[in-house]
Amino acid sequence: MLIWALFAAMTALAALIVLVPLARRGRAGVGAATESGDASVYRDQLAELDRDLAEGRVGDGEGEAARAEIARRLLRAARRSDMLGDPASAAARLRRRAVAAIAVIVLPLVAVGGYLALGRPDVPDRPLASRLAARPEGQSIDELVARVEAHLAAEPNDARGWDVLGPIYMRLNRPADAAEAFRTAIRLAGATELRQNGLGEALTAAADGDVGPEAKAAFEASLTVAPAGVLPRMYLALERAQAGRLDESAELWRRLIAAGTEADAWLPVARAELAKVEAAAREAAAPGAAPPSPAPTPAEVEAASRMTAAERAGMIEAMVARLDERLKRDGGGIDDWERLIRSQRTLGQRDAAAATLVRARAALAADPAAQTRLDALAAGDGEGKAP
Amino acid sequence: MIVELGHYALVLALALALVQAVVPIWGARIGDAALMATAGPTAAGQFLFVALSFAALTWAHVVSDFSVANVFENSHSLKPMIYKISGVWGNHEGSMLLWVTILALFGALVAVFGRNLPPILKADVLGVQAWVAAAFYLFVLVTSNPFARLVSPPLEGRDLNPVLQDPGLAIHPPLLYLGYVGFSIAFSFAVAALIEGRIDAAWARWVRPWTLAAWVFLTLGIAMGSYWAYYELGWGGWWFWDPVENASLMPWLAGTALLHSAIVMEKRDALKIWTILLAVLAFSLSLLGTFLVRSGVLTSVHAFASDPTRGVFILAILVAFIGGSLTLFAIRAPGLTKGGLFAPISREGALVFNNLFLTSACAAVFFGTLYPLMLEAATGAKISVGAPFFDATFGPLMVPLLIAVPIGPFLAWKRGDLLAVAQRLAAVLALAMAGFAVTWWATRGGPVLAPLGVGLALWLVLGALAEVAFRVHLFSEAPRNALRRAVGLPRSAWGTMFAHLGLGLTLLGIVAESNWRIESILVMKPGDTVQVGRFSLAFDGVVMRRGPNFDEAVAGFAVRDGGGRPFRMEPSKRTFRARPMPTTETAIATYDGFSQLYLSLGDTQADGGVAMRIYWKPLVLLIWLGCVAMALGGCISLTDRRLRIGAPRPHRVAAEPPAGDPQPAE
Repeated sequence: MLIWALFAAMTALAALIVLVPLARRGRAGVGAATESGDASVYRDQLAELDRDLAEGRVGDGEGEAARAEIARRLLRAARRSDMLGDPASAAARLRRRAVAAIAVIVLPLVAVGGYLALGRPDVPDRPLASRLAARPEGQSIDELVARVEAHLAAEPNDARGWDVLGPIYMRLNRPADAAEAFRTAIRLAGATELRQNGLGEALTAAADGDVGPEAKAAFEASLTVAPAGVLPRMYLALERAQAGRLDESAELWRRLIAAGTEADAWLPVARAELAKVEAAAREAAAPGAAPPSPAPTPAEVEAASRMTAAERAGMIEAMVARLDERLKRDGGGIDDWERLIRSQRTLGQRDAAAATLVRARAALAADPAAQTRLDALAAGDGEGKAP
Repeated sequence: MIVELGHYALVLALALALVQAVVPIWGARIGDAALMATAGPTAAGQFLFVALSFAALTWAHVVSDFSVANVFENSHSLKPMIYKISGVWGNHEGSMLLWVTILALFGALVAVFGRNLPPILKADVLGVQAWVAAAFYLFVLVTSNPFARLVSPPLEGRDLNPVLQDPGLAIHPPLLYLGYVGFSIAFSFAVAALIEGRIDAAWARWVRPWTLAAWVFLTLGIAMGSYWAYYELGWGGWWFWDPVENASLMPWLAGTALLHSAIVMEKRDALKIWTILLAVLAFSLSLLGTFLVRSGVLTSVHAFASDPTRGVFILAILVAFIGGSLTLFAIRAPGLTKGGLFAPISREGALVFNNLFLTSACAAVFFGTLYPLMLEAATGAKISVGAPFFDATFGPLMVPLLIAVPIGPFLAWKRGDLLAVAQRLAAVLALAMAGFAVTWWATRGGPVLAPLGVGLALWLVLGALAEVAFRVHLFSEAPRNALRRAVGLPRSAWGTMFAHLGLGLTLLGIVAESNWRIESILVMKPGDTVQVGRFSLAFDGVVMRRGPNFDEAVAGFAVRDGGGRPFRMEPSKRTFRARPMPTTETAIATYDGFSQLYLSLGDTQADGGVAMRIYWKPLVLLIWLGCVAMALGGCISLTDRRLRIGAPRPHRVAAEPPAGDPQPAE
């Protein structure tokens, strides 16, 4: 309500600004007509000239000429004079009433009407400082995050803040930011199982489920801190499967299952994964069967197991094309290149595989170990058999 | 609530402007003093409300209230305070609010300082001023409302364009607007005179100081913008003939012409109709400048056509005011009283010469700026009219004008004696020729025209000094007498001297910079040393630094000049976090008072080297110092409140009728 009272006060002030001079001039009465503006300027000029003459700034001769000039203009001006009407006349009074009506009625109507069409009286001010200082209960998750971010911008070395932020970012589906938060916390306060796992999961999520080299390193670091950790071992097993090393993956799953007891909630998941990996390995071993899946995500593997053979082949082709695309765009490590070449061969795309080999050699020219593996791959091609 | 109060205050200012646009002029037509008396208070009230509105928007920017769309789009909570404030006018909506605020300020100033103005003139002037104001309030409220709100505000803003986060840009737009909008007063006076059908003596007395004030601000604004472009854009250039620059140069040229013709009008009661026309043109060109910069038409005619709301609105304002005032002029001008007579060789004649060349130069800039736009609109062909066009048109027009500048003030009013002036200026001419000869000898084999430019600049500087020297009888009387005369000299004479001297300094700076600069653009690696002119620069490498809302790559240089005094220079490149867009921060060292060594950091190469632009710019500071001297001259002249009248010399008055054939003023 306060805002409307202030609007009213401002409007009243605006109306008064029009009304006051109107009323004052109205009372001034007859005879208020002023001298012609021109004449007053010329009189000022004459006075100025006299001062100049007195102070010797203008020579006598020049002064006289100037005085004559001004006098001529003054005479001309005196013939005209501004005619002002009689303020007491009925017409003048009517005009003043009309203007007063404009000030009291039209002006507020224009102002309020215009404002209501454009303004948002219901929207309060929201200065940032007061929004961040508000009690947390009423705040949205975004505002809470902004609070912690603002705090960390001021004190970037507060590891606790980064610890808080990491999991929240994960929940907000901002995995890249989460990874950065976990990484910063590790840098500031050292590695813990929680932080390493968080970093690995964030990186995996950021790569759409692909456990990349950095994520792998994060999980391995987690195991050095806490060797009994289950989560990192699950991700590492997944990583092997994605790299096409199905036997290694199966071995890791088996070891994990052996270490568990029936009470562990993760055990059924691990068994299911092992079964999938074993099934995939069997299919890969069978002649003419589907190739080892290039970097399948867990979801894709699951989807593939429910497909017909034709559908599966289509999906695999799509995945190979995607990997090809990614390597063209961003480049990649020897593992990626090897996976692509093997997949293309298995799909019968021998020419494409050969071309990929050439590209891989160029891309990895600086890496002797990779070149050795590529040499081995090229030799395998000569024998004409699927790896 | 504060934001909404600001919004309401803006609407109220519009309502008051509408009252002010109608009531006083109605009163003036029927001679009703009460109605006319509302003009002053409404003008002051209008300023009060629009100032409140501006303060509210500034407050929203200062406290980062992202529920205001304008703040969200152009601010960032981590921005330094000065840029939170300058960010208010660093965007379209805010800058238009500043525009109307300054317009209202000028109206209020007329109301306050114009107590002794003839009431009819005052009512008409403020009425016309309110028409302009109402049109622009509507523009702001309807198409560019800075108070638009966001119901669920984000927590961080998009930040101000990094290029604009600079102290130069904090003060450049207000100065420029004070200049642009200041011409609205001259315009309102001109239209008021046309409405009334006669030109009061008060008219000339009033128009000159307002024009002068606007001109001073515009001069400083243009100089500031030019210096900003010089040190911020990192190309080492200080004037690009860019349409945005031309948009401010055109009103400046017309305003300069107006300033000079207003002198004739004030002192000699001549050139009245021409002065009125110039006053209309100066503000029309300001409006055109606002249109060019604010409509988006410069970015692309087609972008303008695809989102035309704003552009069409300003275009309508432009057409209404320019067309309306020129139509009024066409109707009324023939009926206006003609002014006095004078011979072609006279002070008036010299000022007419000045006006002719200034308006022609203005026309050249006008066509150079608008032709590409019209061509693009008509045929779709995109051409750019650059420096060659302006060098070929603007340059030749300036040369005769500059040659005439020292001569004008020596000529007597009404009829002058060119031979006597030539005798007085003989020493100046000799010195200027000597300057030319020495420069020519010292730079043999260099640019041919440069020594001539130096000679012309000397001619201007010494000519300006000579005028005052003669008026105080510096060399013909005892120093004590000369000093007494110097104190008694009208301040406008000192103003003229500084302004004309400043012109000479600017010219000297331009000639030296454009002909004798040394530039070196190269790729450097850490440890490299390069010799530029008399300086040797050793590159240490690039380090990263963290600013409040940007990260900065700083290149370190150890610079030694010929004498061996080493010092460090650190050009850098900033990347702002909110908008990943790099800006260059040049490193500039001033030498010998006016010359500068200029370092600008370019991109980092793949092999670790960095691209560097290194310039040695002789006398470059004179370009802007000259402008400051011009503005100073304007300020000095502004303090001269004498009611002046230019009487012809008495012995010549006695000799009337004159020997020469006087020309009609119009």
